Amino acid sequence: MNGRTLRTLSIATVAAMGVSLSLVFFYAPIELEEGLLQKIFYLHVPLAIVSLGGFVLGGIMAIAHLRTREARWDLRSYVTIHMSLIFGVAVLLTGSIWARGSWGHWWVWSEPTLVSFLIVMLLYATYQPLRFAIEDPERQARYASVFAIVAGAFVPLNFLAVRLATAYLHPRVLGGASGLPPSMELTFLVSLAATALLFATLCCYELTAKRTRMLLRARSRILGFQ
Amino acid sequence: MPAKTGRVVLALLRKELLVELRTLESVPGMSLFAVSTLVVFHFALARATVEGDLAAGVLWVTLLFAAMLGLNRLFVADAEQGGFDGFLLAAVDRSALLAAKALALLAYLLVLELVALPAFALLLLGPPLGPALPGLLAVLALADVGLALIGTLIAALAVRTRARDLLGPLLALPLLVPIVIGAARASSPLLSAGHAGAPAGRWLLLLALYDLVFGLIAYAVFDFLLED
Repeated sequence: MNGRTLRTLSIATVAAMGVSLSLVFFYAPIELEEGLLQKIFYLHVPLAIVSLGGFVLGGIMAIAHLRTREARWDLRSYVTIHMSLIFGVAVLLTGSIWARGSWGHWWVWSEPTLVSFLIVMLLYATYQPLRFAIEDPERQARYASVFAIVAGAFVPLNFLAVRLATAYLHPRVLGGASGLPPSMELTFLVSLAATALLFATLCCYELTAKRTRMLLRARSRILGFQ
Repeated sequence: MPAKTGRVVLALLRKELLVELRTLESVPGMSLFAVSTLVVFHFALARATVEGDLAAGVLWVTLLFAAMLGLNRLFVADAEQGGFDGFLLAAVDRSALLAAKALALLAYLLVLELVALPAFALLLLGPPLGPALPGLLAVLALADVGLALIGTLIAALAVRTRARDLLGPLLALPLLVPIVIGAARASSPLLSAGHAGAPAGRWLLLLALYDLVFGLIAYAVFDFLLED
């Protein structure tokens, strides 16, 4: 990816984040029950959606890798899952803070989405250990793709299972976007778009960095630097 | 023209069971581990008997961890002694190996439960096992299929990595959480005093659905683990 595209993407992301933060703090109304704390909803939920979407997308890219055998699909899948993991840590942190503020505990087992998310994170936390425990690069890519497909399919199934196991104890802020007043819904959608854009931009940066490093290594090998 | 897959599966399964019978590497270890775990639970919980939720939890944690031992050893001989190479040289459907290994693991689990369930009833379970048995067998059957399928897939994924003993259980445990949910929730009413009956349909349905989906996924991706 060339510098111009990266620059455009970065500017778009900063602008979108700016708009979304202004909407969150100056436009969206303060929620009556939870007050200012409810603003974390505009951070936590988009992060979770984007992170889960990234995990599934990583699985789809892994399918493309196994079908085409092109290393670039494996690289894309790796970067997407890596970024989703980072976003996932932020999801668990913001979820924990929200739970503490709202229900008085840092962790609640009665919130199925958060519990499912923890299980998904525990699974994906083994992606890199698995990958880097295999030396042969071709086999590494192939095994990582198999893992990404299995784990990508696990994400929705796991949500179903945990949701079945958890009684609905808490009123849900997002029981479908339809329950929100229009001003909150608009803010939420803009935040979601900004978070998705941030995810895409960071992925592009990581991809570019990885490709550049590989190129550099190949060139310096040709020139006999190592 | 590849040989008939059914016959290949049977031949591979026969070889697995024969090797296990001659070496006794997995099943005795799994069974002994399960009984030891029950003893550990007795002291860790400081209870003479358990029932209901607690009984279901103890039973499923014991079976799950004992299954991890079987999973870890499932492909070790093939990776170390050239079993994979021999299999790849034969002109047969590669999914046959998945089916044979999953059936072998299923057989190990059945033997494990033949030991662990009576031991559990004898050592820890408060209410009698008899009335709960028909329902519990249905739950065990569905959960075992899932354990065998996911266990085989993960064992094949982990066996040719540097840290296979560590990675196998680490990968398998999160993937098996839905099975634990279904199995434990379905068996906890069966194991409480005076509540034996049929297990709740939705947990059996969840287990069956999970088995089906992971069976299809394992079938779809297993070939890619056997390419070199």
